[in-house]
Amino acid sequence: MRHVLSVLVENEPGVLSRVAGLFSGRGFNIESLNVAPTLEEGVSLMTITTSGEEQIIEQIVKQLRKLVTVIKVVDFIDVSAVEREMVMVKVQADDARRAEVLRIADIFRCKVVDVSLNDLTLEATGDHGKIQAILSLLTRFGIKEIARTGTVAMRRSMQPENA
Amino acid sequence: MELNGARILLECLKREGVDILFGYPGGAVIDIYDELPRHEVRHILVRHEQAAVHAADGFARASGKVGVCLVTSGPGATNTVTGIATAYADSIPMVVLTGQVPTPLIGNDAFQEVDIVGITRPCTKHNYLVKDVRDLARVLRQAFYLARSGRPGPVLVDLPKDVMQAKTEFVWPEDVKLRSYNPTYRPNLNQLRRAVEALIEAKRPLFFAGGGVVMSDASEELGWLARTLSIPVTSTLMGLGAFPGDDPLWLGMIGMHGTYAGNKAVNNADCIVAVGARFDDRVTGRLSAFASGARIIHIDIDPTSIRKNVQVDIPVVGDCRKALAGIREIATTRLAEKDWATAHEPWLAQVSAWRTEQPLTYVKNGSIKPQQVVETIFSITRGDAIVTTEVGQNQMWTAQFFTFRKPRTLLTSGGLGTMGYGFPAAIGAQFAFPDKLVIDMAGDGSIQMNIQELATAVCNKLPIKIVILNNGYLGMVRQWQELFYQRNYCSTCMEAQPDFVKLAEAYGAEGYRITEAGELESTLRAAFASPHTAVIDVRVEREENVYPMVPAGAALDEMLLV
Ligand SMILES: Cc1ncc(C[n+]2csc(CCOP(=O)(O)OP(=O)(O)O)c2C)c(N)n1
Ligand SMILES: [Mg+2]
Repeated sequence: MRHVLSVLVENEPGVLSRVAGLFSGRGFNIESLNVAPTLEEGVSLMTITTSGEEQIIEQIVKQLRKLVTVIKVVDFIDVSAVEREMVMVKVQADDARRAEVLRIADIFRCKVVDVSLNDLTLEATGDHGKIQAILSLLTRFGIKEIARTGTVAMRRSMQPENA
Repeated sequence: MELNGARILLECLKREGVDILFGYPGGAVIDIYDELPRHEVRHILVRHEQAAVHAADGFARASGKVGVCLVTSGPGATNTVTGIATAYADSIPMVVLTGQVPTPLIGNDAFQEVDIVGITRPCTKHNYLVKDVRDLARVLRQAFYLARSGRPGPVLVDLPKDVMQAKTEFVWPEDVKLRSYNPTYRPNLNQLRRAVEALIEAKRPLFFAGGGVVMSDASEELGWLARTLSIPVTSTLMGLGAFPGDDPLWLGMIGMHGTYAGNKAVNNADCIVAVGARFDDRVTGRLSAFASGARIIHIDIDPTSIRKNVQVDIPVVGDCRKALAGIREIATTRLAEKDWATAHEPWLAQVSAWRTEQPLTYVKNGSIKPQQVVETIFSITRGDAIVTTEVGQNQMWTAQFFTFRKPRTLLTSGGLGTMGYGFPAAIGAQFAFPDKLVIDMAGDGSIQMNIQELATAVCNKLPIKIVILNNGYLGMVRQWQELFYQRNYCSTCMEAQPDFVKLAEAYGAEGYRITEAGELESTLRAAFASPHTAVIDVRVEREENVYPMVPAGAALDEMLLV
């Protein structure tokens, strides 16, 4: 099961390696990891996507909480959340295929951020599933290069009852 | 007034109540050593940095205080790693101070530079590199607080040379503010009520004590509950001494070399209260068979310990003593709901039948049996000693055949199993209790891993007794080779052993050798009566094995017996 964890940390030197070391040292897997400062000085937000059985995820969350520099951990499986990731993908698009690529870009509301004679670079934003879908549709044109962020997530303001 | 970093460090140590440091100097820490003589704190010069850490660890285990050690950068720092990992595995409160190259040189592969903060990240509770002298007092305050609070552990503080020289106004932070660290001491009342409920329903309950009982000084509460509710008690290696080993309710340690009664009890109990134990694989045997018929109540201050290895029915996060006290309080109001003694009578009869059926035993044959050495030492001392161990058979025989009656009287490397731990730990313990008899139960292999500390012991006139159960083998490994590797004794026979008696004498200690069972008691008595550091080389039966033994991967009640 895929889990998105939001981890609020003290922005101290070494904090990233503490978190990364915890995952590698204990054999937990990281699918993606995103770190950036928050509005509060000295505090950063890490968004980690991982997967595993319930007991493993429970250990991951507890182990993260145990790190002295970790302030708060939220598992987004427990709350309703908005999730996004962003990808830039350079696709082969010669004259014959350009229209088709652009049509797909349009359907998924991608932006064209760079063009050349033979390729198009698209920027797409969406949840994990949407990004996967875009990539699989573009594969047949030939993807030359991709750069992809990890997931970021935010709790929705309105939570369903009993959540 | 402005003070330099070295002075601030020593002022902080004083305010933390540190009166002894174990250490070894070097270029990066000369400023600290330069300052040392002007302060009351004692510095004990060891002969290897690993020993400084084990000594601080032994001091901490024996006294319950935070152990402190001080070493230089580079190799001094890397030499501490085994000691730190040992303390981490057993949750020992400790502060390790390492020198570091000056901050402008960090990252340049400077002489004697290592990234010790990086190296020790996975084996410390937390660690710090102090880059600015103005952070020093705060960091040290936090380091001590972290080391001793919650689930204790080693904390390392890396001190660059220029930070020790730089000056600033010294302000002692009165309290520690760490918004990201709030250990749960007070257990959830509801969970405690459920625990009592489970105990009332139980027919075959069992207490299972770990090192957490020792560490949180919960022995009294445990004893009260066991006796009042008529519940037998087992423990891990780390829990030995938490419950008196001569109490009729005591079943012995469980695990790979646990007692028959203890291991049987675990797998036949219907309710187990695990207190401050973390279900190490050496303790549980094959997990799927472990306590399969029992509801498990698990009390631990560290939430990660709970449901890490074993599924738990009633988790209780909190300090062991507070949790047991809470259970006691609730149980007191509900004592009348069950006739505890009568209800548990068949169970107690069963466990004591197991105990008499298969007691811990060994075959006497006229040669010196290692188990007999341990028993003799117990009877000579009447158990009034602090006993440290090395690792291997010597450790297991000590755990089995010495009756530990009080917490903090057995100091042993449980989690990491570090050969070479026992002697330096004994040095630390002797400093904590100068008037107590401190004995290191050693193996001929392990003792050679920190034998150089004889110089430290002699120099400080420590009357430590090192009893070498000398079998001429790396005995525990040889035992595995005998039982599971067709006696292929590859690299376990200790050829070219030193003459331990002469070696002791060369260091200025006393050396004794015992080769006949008849001399055992009289020679041990003589050595124990001596005011000097003494090494007693006891030539024991060479191929004696530790039994019972649960082979790796077997269930706890699938024991090989004597
Ligand atoms: C530092 C270290 N290296 C290796 C081991 C593996 N090991 C465990 S027990 C043992 C044998 C110890 O021999 P000895 O000290 O003579 O004790 P005995 O088992 O013979 O009583 C060894 C090598 C260890 N525990 N620690
Ligand atoms: Mg040996």
